[in-house]
Amino acid sequence: MATLEIGIDEDVAVSPVKRTPRLGLLFWAAIAWIILIFAAAGLVGVLPLPSPTDMDMLERRAPVSALHWLGTDGLGRDELARLIYGARISLIVGLCAPVIGVTIGGALGMLAGYFRGRFETLVVGSMDVLLAFPPLVLLLAVTAYLGQTLLNLTCILGVLGIPAFMRVARAATLTLARREFVIAAQALGATHARILLRELLPNVFLPLVAFFLLGVAVTIVVEGAVSFLGLGVPPPISSWGSMIGEGRESLDVAPRLAFIPAITMFLTVLSFNLVGDTLRALTDPRQGAL
Amino acid sequence: MTEPALLSVENVSVDLPTPRGNLRAVDQVDLKIGAGRTLGIVGESGCGKTMLSRAILQLLPKKAKLSGRVMFDGHDLVRLDPERLRKLRGRSLAVVFQDPMTSLNPVLTIGTQLIETLQEHLELDSVVAKRRSVELLAAVGIPAPEQRLMQYPHQLSGGMRQRVAIAIALSCEPKLLIADEPTTALDVTIQAQILDLLAREQRRRHMAMILITHDLGVVAGRTDDVAVMYAGRVVERAPTPVLFKKMHMPYTEALLAAIPKIDAAPHTPLPAISGRPPDPTRPIQGCSFSPRCRYAAGRCYREKPLLTASESLDHQYACFHPIQVTAGVCE
Repeated sequence: MATLEIGIDEDVAVSPVKRTPRLGLLFWAAIAWIILIFAAAGLVGVLPLPSPTDMDMLERRAPVSALHWLGTDGLGRDELARLIYGARISLIVGLCAPVIGVTIGGALGMLAGYFRGRFETLVVGSMDVLLAFPPLVLLLAVTAYLGQTLLNLTCILGVLGIPAFMRVARAATLTLARREFVIAAQALGATHARILLRELLPNVFLPLVAFFLLGVAVTIVVEGAVSFLGLGVPPPISSWGSMIGEGRESLDVAPRLAFIPAITMFLTVLSFNLVGDTLRALTDPRQGAL
Repeated sequence: MTEPALLSVENVSVDLPTPRGNLRAVDQVDLKIGAGRTLGIVGESGCGKTMLSRAILQLLPKKAKLSGRVMFDGHDLVRLDPERLRKLRGRSLAVVFQDPMTSLNPVLTIGTQLIETLQEHLELDSVVAKRRSVELLAAVGIPAPEQRLMQYPHQLSGGMRQRVAIAIALSCEPKLLIADEPTTALDVTIQAQILDLLAREQRRRHMAMILITHDLGVVAGRTDDVAVMYAGRVVERAPTPVLFKKMHMPYTEALLAAIPKIDAAPHTPLPAISGRPPDPTRPIQGCSFSPRCRYAAGRCYREKPLLTASESLDHQYACFHPIQVTAGVCE
């Protein structure tokens, strides 16, 4: 008589299952594009590019050639060089402005959501005031008064982003601060600073990061719009928005001058959104569990 | 009890201002618990059990007003300065909460939560703290503790999470553990395991424990003393065997009758307590249980009965018409 062995392998029974997350091809394409843009913008000094401001009046709106890979614009400036120099402006503004927003807005939102009371009323009230102010008018006023510089543009776009980040952080903190693990942490003798930084921040961090990447995408578009209107960094410095604006004049003869920066901006914004969504889906440990 | 009490709650009341008026959540409660002893606090939802435990820990909502004294190990917790209170919490006083789904931080690994507690309170370096964490997880019956340290709470089952919560509470060898309905969110087979685990660790560490529950069956056989709470007051208090041998308070009897019995015939109606607990914002004149009490008569509706001692000093009850009921469930 054969006996049936039904002993379960101990290791299989007790060791927790590891699951390997799968990332789509689209995600890697987005990452590749972001890396490409960042590398080009970062290495702009080393790349053998013609100057983005040297005009060649004989080569105006030149087609694609070995000398000018993407042709030249209406003033005979190399389109590729302008695109890459423009990437620097778009990325600096697109990253730094949301950093200002997420730092100040996130901190204010968490403090307001955790401590509540008069502080919260004050923060929420002042944010409502900021939100009620027309952003374009504020931008015009500040640039007219302080000058059209990269720093001013970044700061003002950053400040305009604070209320949104504050709201996201406060909403997340409000729901979390009532959860038992915060009381559990207090019961374990944690200080307010510790609860905010170690218990709440990791929880609030995820929605903030997702919102941050969205903020980057939006800010790049806003910077483009502002430059298109001529309120961005002053010429001859190029940015994607001002390139689209300049390309508008020759849409009938050389539509690529407007479309190349537009497509670049579109791909960059799309990539940031894709990466943001994928990262959130991957790192969200609350999926299904709570 | 001859030994000095580790924790004594003296005339503690908690008032919560609400839009509908003042809510007295805990009403003049006196309790004592000696080192290494177990006290069961029993009562239905909303009777002030959790508020009492929060009052002991000084973790009441900001608006709540507390009066009375909470003496723990020679300190009055109510008047202790915040910094010393903070050091006492976790180190000497620990809690296990009702719902292990929410009492662990969802985005930190089990290891981070355990190791940080150890480092914070015992000032261990990270290697020692990690080794201690593995030992603690093994002690609370978690298989493969090394791998579990790297996992997040959502990757564990409810019972497993409660074990982790207990491990965190035990990590600093507290003198008093408050278990606030530790098994309510778990299914029945796990409940027994968790209660046995708490009892075992308590004996091993000679730790005092307050076990808060709404189930008299949980308290029987696992506690030294029982306090029954109703509408914020302690209505009966006795050593566990004495209480189950001879209960005097009609509410205790009603609570016991509401436990389903395994040997009852199928389709036997479960005797629930009729009515609802009184609205705590509108204090009742007379005994707060009188509207729901079978035995209530005349005096019960006019005067509040005080906790009085019966034949033995240990057994106290607040009732004008004490009953004599023997519960057959005590071991």
